[in-house]
Amino acid sequence: MGKTVPETIRHLIIVFGVLAVMMSIAAGLIWVERRLLGFWQDRYGPNRVGPFGILQPLADMIKVFAKEDWVPPFADRPVFILAPAIIVVTVLLAFAVVPFAPSISVADLNVGLLYFLALSSLGVYSVALGGWASDNKYALIGALRASAQMISYEVFMGLSLMGVVMLAGSFNLRAIVEAQRRLWFVVPQFFGFVIFLIAGVAETHRLPFDLPEAESELVAGFHSEYSGMKFGLFFVGEYLGITLISALIATFFFGGWLGPLLPPAVWFFIKTFFFIGVFILLRATLPRPRYDQLIRLGWKVMLPLALANLVVTGGIILAAG
Amino acid sequence: MNGPAAMNENTGKTVISELMGKFGSAATPQETRDGVPTVWIEKGRAHEALRYLKTGSESRFRMLYDLTAIDERVRANRAGQPESDFTVVYHLLSYDKNEDVRIKVALKGDSPEARSVTDIWPAANWYEREVWDMFGVRFDGHPNLRRILMPPTWKGHPLRKDHPARATEMGPFRLPDERSEEEQMALKFHPEEWGIKPGVREADYMFLNLGPHHPGTHGLLRIILALDGEEIVDAVPDIGFHHRGAEKMGERQSWHTYIPYTDRIDYLAGVLNNLPYVLAVEKLAGIEVGDRVKVIRVMLSELFRIESHLVWYGTFAQDLGALSPVFYTFYDRERMFEIIEAVCGGRMHPSWFRIGGVAQDLPRGWDGLVKNFLDWLPHRLAEYDRIIMKNKMFKVRTQGVGAYTLDEAMEWGVTGPNLRACGFEWDWRKKRPYSGYEWFDFEVPTAPVGDCYGRAVVRVEEIRQSMRIVRQCMENMPPPAPGREYKSRRPLAAPPLKEKTMLDIETLINHFLGVSWGPVIPPGEAAVGVEAAKGNNSYYLVSDGGTASYRTRIRTPSFPHMQTIPFLSRGLTIPDLIAILGSIDFILADIDR
Repeated sequence: MGKTVPETIRHLIIVFGVLAVMMSIAAGLIWVERRLLGFWQDRYGPNRVGPFGILQPLADMIKVFAKEDWVPPFADRPVFILAPAIIVVTVLLAFAVVPFAPSISVADLNVGLLYFLALSSLGVYSVALGGWASDNKYALIGALRASAQMISYEVFMGLSLMGVVMLAGSFNLRAIVEAQRRLWFVVPQFFGFVIFLIAGVAETHRLPFDLPEAESELVAGFHSEYSGMKFGLFFVGEYLGITLISALIATFFFGGWLGPLLPPAVWFFIKTFFFIGVFILLRATLPRPRYDQLIRLGWKVMLPLALANLVVTGGIILAAG
Repeated sequence: MNGPAAMNENTGKTVISELMGKFGSAATPQETRDGVPTVWIEKGRAHEALRYLKTGSESRFRMLYDLTAIDERVRANRAGQPESDFTVVYHLLSYDKNEDVRIKVALKGDSPEARSVTDIWPAANWYEREVWDMFGVRFDGHPNLRRILMPPTWKGHPLRKDHPARATEMGPFRLPDERSEEEQMALKFHPEEWGIKPGVREADYMFLNLGPHHPGTHGLLRIILALDGEEIVDAVPDIGFHHRGAEKMGERQSWHTYIPYTDRIDYLAGVLNNLPYVLAVEKLAGIEVGDRVKVIRVMLSELFRIESHLVWYGTFAQDLGALSPVFYTFYDRERMFEIIEAVCGGRMHPSWFRIGGVAQDLPRGWDGLVKNFLDWLPHRLAEYDRIIMKNKMFKVRTQGVGAYTLDEAMEWGVTGPNLRACGFEWDWRKKRPYSGYEWFDFEVPTAPVGDCYGRAVVRVEEIRQSMRIVRQCMENMPPPAPGREYKSRRPLAAPPLKEKTMLDIETLINHFLGVSWGPVIPPGEAAVGVEAAKGNNSYYLVSDGGTASYRTRIRTPSFPHMQTIPFLSRGLTIPDLIAILGSIDFILADIDR
């Protein structure tokens, strides 16, 4: 109400633009990841479909859409179908608050950061329900692992960001970026950054924290029974999650769109893609810890570290007046 | 076995006289071609004798190396041996004196029975089940005597001489509905049948089938897990999915044409499988091979040891979640295969060793290929050390996980790198050099703790030691000269050398028979064991003076190693089980044969 027609159209363009760009990035990442892994593992990766194999995601998409839409007879049908959609929807909704450039963001919420944390908590339901509804023992173990892991890591994921909030004095993501004009928060909030990165890997359950799917242990974990596009949604959801966490690392700690010469949106994407690369490199490098080791790391190391970081940051701000 | 003959003879005599003295007329010695002291003990006193050998005898035969049987009912040449229909054979090993003893127990009748020795060696459990499965010998006092390799509904016992060896001898296969139903009912899971003790309430445990198809089992292996949360209450391996009747085939194939079957036992170790087989046949045939043959055999065996360990290295890392190393080590393995292709023409299964030699001489330029490989691998291994062995996460996943003590390892019949990981320097290449290993300068790596990490440390260092041996082979290869060819000129060497066959009729006839029927190996028994990639592998061959073996027994290392899984994994979690499976380095074909 009270908005002019062109403004509404501009908003719609941004909404659908963000949706389209994010979906394309997530699909494109399938190719990027496989090529990068190939590069780091002394092999080619997909290089047959189109130039450099860049059309591989398209071929994959045709394949996955053409597959039979199969629900195992023993599965809890409605939940089984709903589960993969949850992860995609929650991650896409979280993108609403990400400021891609000073004038490009879907929603400019005052509680943007809290909104992101809330949606990331909802994402757990996708994995937990998917595993539960599959009525498969591997899926069940995977889902249990996922719930424990994501709930534990969420706690200090939120705490790790409070230092940023203190420094910026706002939960608004745009304000947080603006507050980094003089200095990227990665410098004063280095521990916050490290904790957030680790929690981010755990939240997206990527290697080395891919315990919910742990191929060599649980076959495919929570999505053992999934195939076709429902599996594809889990897959895309994972890449969307990587993109989201990378975008948020750039926003919270590396000055978002800020940067010389190049247009703001370009800077934003350069930073985001850098962290996506880090995610893929982690996957190519590290082995997987055991479940109890992961949880122990979370509660006994990361949580105290996040709290200490909070106290010290608060103390310094107080002292500086 | 193949140790220094003189030493074996002396110690052999003392064991025999010790047994004769203690058991008097119940003990009957037997001559064998391999010089392993072999004594028949009467059925009633066998258990006592075996216990005495383990605990009372001054040699202390700590390890039950092998336990098998022979169907003697149609064997012609067994003069001087006690009457027997089925003979149970115990092969024991003493670490203190580095000697063997073979105890035979004669059983009579169509449903023979013997007393179980599971109370003396826990490792006897699976071996006795196998003898029951294959020969129909019952063992009194066995905790759970079920079939182990064949399906539970199988009729008959395959290694009996009256059991057909080929499908064409068995009549057409039919599966009517009621039989299909029966087969499926037989597969129904009842925890008690597998020896799993039920919990207090029915809902106490979750039973999880890990396999037969599972990324972490490296092949067709089923492990039944009783889980409390993720904690393993009990784990029962179910093997036999990969059973192809390799021992039965030995009774049908000629001595020569059996060689390709051996390649496929430990299918990652190629010619390293040929070696104990051809050594055993040569022992029966009385063939001494030349130095060049020995060095060629050692070189290829060590290359295959490297190859086997490289596959293990990459897949072990992958079991622990590291995605990349498997690609690196498989790349190195390809480089190794370049040599194997050039030398043998094959890759994984070159079947290249022959009775009395090897298939062909080395090709021109072989040394260049070997040198390239030896120059290539060290910096790669250094890199793997950094990304795998020194990785903190790799260490927390493997250190202290799945550990056994040296005593436990000996009780369970563990051999090879898995035994050496307990800090025990026991390597047959050093202790009982065969095929010229005494000429080479190398070390036997050990690790202080027999956990997953220790087993990994030993294997990684073995790759380096094998490279040393290969380099020495390359630098000191005896040149081909008369009497030092790639194959022996003895008449039983197969296939015989050919250059004179067109010159005189006797040689032609001999060659024709040697190629068509294959050699006729004189009657006798011999077992030869080698230090294979996974542990000690031996072939126990019984010849009845024919063109095929009367009994071929393959003692593989993976079989007893797999038997330790329940013992190692109880109380741990699923990821630990996967780490243990990776670290003990088994091959399903090596377990099931």
